[in-house]
Amino acid sequence: MSSELAVAKPRHRKFADMLTGSTGNGLILTVLIAMILVFTITSPAHRFLSAGNFTSILADTSQILLLAAGETFIMIAGGIDLSCGAFVVFSSVICAKLVAGLSATPEQASNLEFPHLALGLAAGIVGGVAAGAAWGWLNGWITVRWQVPPFIVTLGTLGMSLGAAQIITGGLNVPGIPPAFQETLGIGKIFGIPWIAVVAAIIVGILWLLLAQTRFGMRTYAIGSNSEAARRAGVNVPRQTIQLYCLMGFLAGIVGVLDVARFNTASIAAHTTDNLQAIAAAAIGGVSLYGGKGRMSGTIIGAFIPAVLHNGFILLGFEPYWQEVAVGAVLIIAVYFDQVRRRSTGSRVQAPDDDAGAATPNGNEVTHGSHAT
Amino acid sequence: MTEQHDDVLVATGITKSFAHVRALRGVDLTLRRGKVHALVGDNGAGKSTLIKILSGALQPDSGEILMEGEPVDIASPETAQHLGIETVYQDLAVAEALDLGENIFLGRELLRRGLLGHFGFVDRPAMRERGMEQMQRLGTKVPSPSLPLESMSGGQKQAVAVARAAMWGGRVLILDEPAAALGVRQTAQVLNLVRRSAEESNQAVVFISHNVPQILEIADDITVLHQGRVCLRCAKADASVDLLVRAMSGALDSPADREGTE
Repeated sequence: MSSELAVAKPRHRKFADMLTGSTGNGLILTVLIAMILVFTITSPAHRFLSAGNFTSILADTSQILLLAAGETFIMIAGGIDLSCGAFVVFSSVICAKLVAGLSATPEQASNLEFPHLALGLAAGIVGGVAAGAAWGWLNGWITVRWQVPPFIVTLGTLGMSLGAAQIITGGLNVPGIPPAFQETLGIGKIFGIPWIAVVAAIIVGILWLLLAQTRFGMRTYAIGSNSEAARRAGVNVPRQTIQLYCLMGFLAGIVGVLDVARFNTASIAAHTTDNLQAIAAAAIGGVSLYGGKGRMSGTIIGAFIPAVLHNGFILLGFEPYWQEVAVGAVLIIAVYFDQVRRRSTGSRVQAPDDDAGAATPNGNEVTHGSHAT
Repeated sequence: MTEQHDDVLVATGITKSFAHVRALRGVDLTLRRGKVHALVGDNGAGKSTLIKILSGALQPDSGEILMEGEPVDIASPETAQHLGIETVYQDLAVAEALDLGENIFLGRELLRRGLLGHFGFVDRPAMRERGMEQMQRLGTKVPSPSLPLESMSGGQKQAVAVARAAMWGGRVLILDEPAAALGVRQTAQVLNLVRRSAEESNQAVVFISHNVPQILEIADDITVLHQGRVCLRCAKADASVDLLVRAMSGALDSPADREGTE
């Protein structure tokens, strides 16, 4: 009897379920939808749901969403990255310097002539992204080789990269960026959707598949869940850890390039809280700081909540500072409810399996039958 | 082409010292195909050291290990895996965030066919199906294969760890107190699994235990260590609770009764 196999009926999960993992983001999605409904009903002339406003929210969220997607991988693997906002600044400086320096001489630029526009843009984009990826690789390498906790490593590289950006620019904004960069990628639209949002959506979509469907994603969960077990199973944990931090830096590099396109200069003074916003977005979306848990769908919802609050408060005539108060509260409450839910589902699932034999006294035929299908 | 050795792994004259402690003083061990071998002894008898040498985590100071007649150097845990030696540790055995199939195939993931597989897309349904087949073959129960292991009981998690090792351990399966942290019922489940694994997969299984009734229940061969030496080696038929307890406590530890040293 004890050797009988009792199998719960396998759930034939839909495509959406496969993307979101074994449990959904029901609660936080409900919160987001509720916010959108409240703001739509209460905003003057229901402007909240207008196409223009929607576009504005998309553009505002794109950059934080890219960073939050990287943070999702890092946090699921049991790490954290505090340096991504500083890498954005550094990458934007490298990108701006390359674009300005290679596309024209200062005299030509002042006459708005850019004879080597394509070369400048190509070098700026590649250089900016590569600079971010290089910093990320350094984070991973130090974490793995010197066994310094990632919190400390990334706090250190935050200061290093921000300082380096200031040294390169002398603390000044970088002039001489061709307006064409801003007019296309920066503020341009396709079918009414900002190019920045399109770029972010494509990249986040790829990362979603990478996390939910590939070997790399599966091993990311394994490392965060039990890195020793992953190592013993033959996973090259150090190599993948470096790859994860490198991915985060790569994304920061992309955000830096997008920033140059958006604001037509390197933004030395901005992005000081991007790192915390990205971590908050992931945490609101259900990514655990302890590793092993989280989904890209949750992070996407978590990234939109601050932007929706910000935008909604402005439309309602509140001071926008209330957004920060509200996001802070949402962060704490979201993580609290997530823990409560996990505790209760954990005990509910566990209860029957200790008595699996007793719980299915006459269920063997049924369960065998359904398993065979 | 080559003859089948019934003695899958033969270790002779294994010694190992740590600073001032002589943990192993010339130990012999023979693991037979399809048989469960219990390695018994008090704390500090040298069981764990011997297991670590067989799984590649430690190197012996002297002695020889033959696998199917061929001398081997188990230089690292990776070497051990290549030789077909798989180890289940007391803890740290599974990734709780992953489901049954993912755990069994972690590090050896099944990829989808075609282009998606080329990009590293995993075939979760196939891993779950084959994971369940393996659990079924070993006669153990798990809830739905798509649940993360964190929602399972300790015994089920350990069962998954044993099933994983049994699936990949081609020739030798090492279990370091597989039931140490488990309740009575779960222990029975895991031991049953160990028994089935030896029979079904025709593997040589060696497991460490303190629990004498447990040993008598599932072991074919028994080796008792005391202070780094083999003080008793016998088949189950010749063993009794009394004999094992006396051996473990060192009462047999006189030259006349001792085997295993030259």
